[in-house]
Amino acid sequence: MQKANSTQRSLPAVRTSGARLAWIGRGFLIILALMALIVLVRNFINNPLLFAQIVISGLQLGFVYALIALGYTMVYGIVRLINFAHGDVFMAGAFVSYFAVTRFQLHVWPTLIDPNLPPIVITVVGSITVILLSMAVCALLAVTIERVAYKPLRNAPRIAALITAIGVSFFIEYFGALNFVFSPRFIPYQRPFEVVTWYIRDGIHLVIDGKAPPDGSITFSNIAIIIMVVSILMQLSLQFLVRRTRIGKAMRATAFDKQAAQLMGINVDRIISITFALGAALAGLGGVLYAIAYPSINTLLGVLPGLKAFVAAVMGGIGSIPGAFIGALIMGQAESLTAGYISTPMRDAIAFTILIVVLLVRPTGIFGEPEKEKA
Amino acid sequence: MRAFKITSLFALAAIVASACGAAAPTGDIKVAILAPLSGPVPTFGVATRDGALMAIEEWNAKGGINGRKIVPVVEDSQCTPDPAVNAANKVIDQDKVKFIIGEVCSKASIPVSEIANSKKVIQISPTSTNTDVTVDKTGKVKDFIFRACFIDDFQGLVGAKFALDTLKAKSAFIMEDQSNAYVIGLANAFEKAFTAGGGKIVGKENYTGKDTDFSTILAKVADAKPDVIYLPDYYNIVNLAAKQAKEKGITAPFMGGDGWDSPDLDAKAADGGYYTNHYSPDDTRAEVVGFVKAYGTKYKDDKGQPKTPDALAALAYDASNLLFTAIQKAGTDDTTKVKDTLAGLTFNGISGKITFDASHNPVKSATILKVSGGKVVYNSTVNP
Repeated sequence: MQKANSTQRSLPAVRTSGARLAWIGRGFLIILALMALIVLVRNFINNPLLFAQIVISGLQLGFVYALIALGYTMVYGIVRLINFAHGDVFMAGAFVSYFAVTRFQLHVWPTLIDPNLPPIVITVVGSITVILLSMAVCALLAVTIERVAYKPLRNAPRIAALITAIGVSFFIEYFGALNFVFSPRFIPYQRPFEVVTWYIRDGIHLVIDGKAPPDGSITFSNIAIIIMVVSILMQLSLQFLVRRTRIGKAMRATAFDKQAAQLMGINVDRIISITFALGAALAGLGGVLYAIAYPSINTLLGVLPGLKAFVAAVMGGIGSIPGAFIGALIMGQAESLTAGYISTPMRDAIAFTILIVVLLVRPTGIFGEPEKEKA
Repeated sequence: MRAFKITSLFALAAIVASACGAAAPTGDIKVAILAPLSGPVPTFGVATRDGALMAIEEWNAKGGINGRKIVPVVEDSQCTPDPAVNAANKVIDQDKVKFIIGEVCSKASIPVSEIANSKKVIQISPTSTNTDVTVDKTGKVKDFIFRACFIDDFQGLVGAKFALDTLKAKSAFIMEDQSNAYVIGLANAFEKAFTAGGGKIVGKENYTGKDTDFSTILAKVADAKPDVIYLPDYYNIVNLAAKQAKEKGITAPFMGGDGWDSPDLDAKAADGGYYTNHYSPDDTRAEVVGFVKAYGTKYKDDKGQPKTPDALAALAYDASNLLFTAIQKAGTDDTTKVKDTLAGLTFNGISGKITFDASHNPVKSATILKVSGGKVVYNSTVNP
């Protein structure tokens, strides 16, 4: 803001023509937004059920992106590093749960204690164990990455750390593709619990296998609900952690000024590790839920969701937790509405176009604070 | 014209050289195997490599081709144009290979075929079904390029015929990957044959090969209520789309092509689906039984159980045997002579009796397989 003012004083002519150009741009964007709105409203009126169905699939995607985006935004907030390996940690989460289920049958471990437990208890306890294990392994992986690859570069120029992050990302992807690690195959994912679908029409009914739900019904599945609930819970508890606890206070202090925080007796290295671990645990959780929802896994699984979650974090204002959340939901809707009403191959293009538009209008993102001048 | 002159000059030189040189060529015969061992469809690559290597081993055990040993050169071509072109250049220029078995995917085989044809290297693609592999843009047949499988048009046609006659389908929904020549080829042929046969296409949706979320497309499928859904893509897409469809309560059967054929196909997700294929391991012909047994003895899966060869292994085996038989019959590894022998060959392979038509496409039968009860079972055979 201040910078703009100073430009105004010295070069008024440039400012006015710049403003006029900005208005042309803004007008164009408004027209674009109106067109999109008209398309959406028309389709909503034509077939509200299909519209609702598309919005539900967008929500499911958006909430998964939110889980990944939180990790991006937290790490960026604290060390100003875009951790490109985050999407691959997400992939690792999916694989850990896959091996836990197929090799070790961890999802049914309560039967070892008492085989007569009700099946619902076995499934719930078993699935939660699988998810917790994936989260723990991901946290460990991220802390290792941080210690090995990022910490030695903490005082190096930012670009060096960024390039290292890209290198780490490729390393995980292609190391994972080795035959004795995860193998490069597309593996049909075995779920810790079965996905069941309900349809809403005169109340909520279960969809029975091999029988189509009646006309005019909306379907939704248990995994969609789980993703939404878990994602909201994680967002709230993360907010609580950052705003109300000592660790959160230390995190905020470290993000604000690393050296000053250190002088105040905060163990900055530990706080950074905790941040990485937390972000990775959320990514791992997201990985498991994503694999359950879209059950085919391979080592490049994390690339696109990771990129989209990054976009979501930037769109929401990188460094801001609610921003990442809102950004992710916008990304999810943009994708599924584009797929539904324009064309599926366009969905990534449109999603990334929205990023560009947001950055043009608000360079710091929706919730981002205007960037302070920093050396 | 100039190209023709140069070619004829080369041909002349070759005749002169062969007339003056030693009568019987000696030394090893190098054969390159270009297979996607990594990339989107690694199981295809492994099966192709294994099938081809098995054929080479069998020939070498019998004393090679006219006493000359066959040496395989295996390259990972990733089912992607760039790596495939690099691999082709490497084997031709560095390894001095004159025969190529591969690539698996049409989109990789097409650029490789341009190089091979211009350098007079014989290429037999075991499984690339797109028309453009053996025919160039002007409609001229590429002299040195052959394939061991039937083409996309035929598969789409058979699929449509099966949907109309056996499944009694009246409407179909097509899902296609816009960036994949194989998928587009099958989808177009299916659409043409299905509408010509009196069926109706109630919807056509595109996606890209990297997509994992098909729920919006499937919401439209549920809305359109087709009798069959034609999804002629590879198994990794089928696994995702079919599973999500089941969860949406879509009951119409999925149909596809040979891209479904993989041990990683999720038989539970694709249950009730049909696909056209080159061969079935359940076939009772003596060649097939012998091949399945030999393959199982040679290759084991993770658990040490004998592997069942899929169509890719069978076709790679057929392609290799076709090539070696032609070299043997021609009595030389001079590619100009071998290609003429190959074009006139009648060969009894695992995937049926093969003869080549004018466009170097084999004329042979197709098999229809059904995914049922967690297994893939033989359904019927359709003759051209």
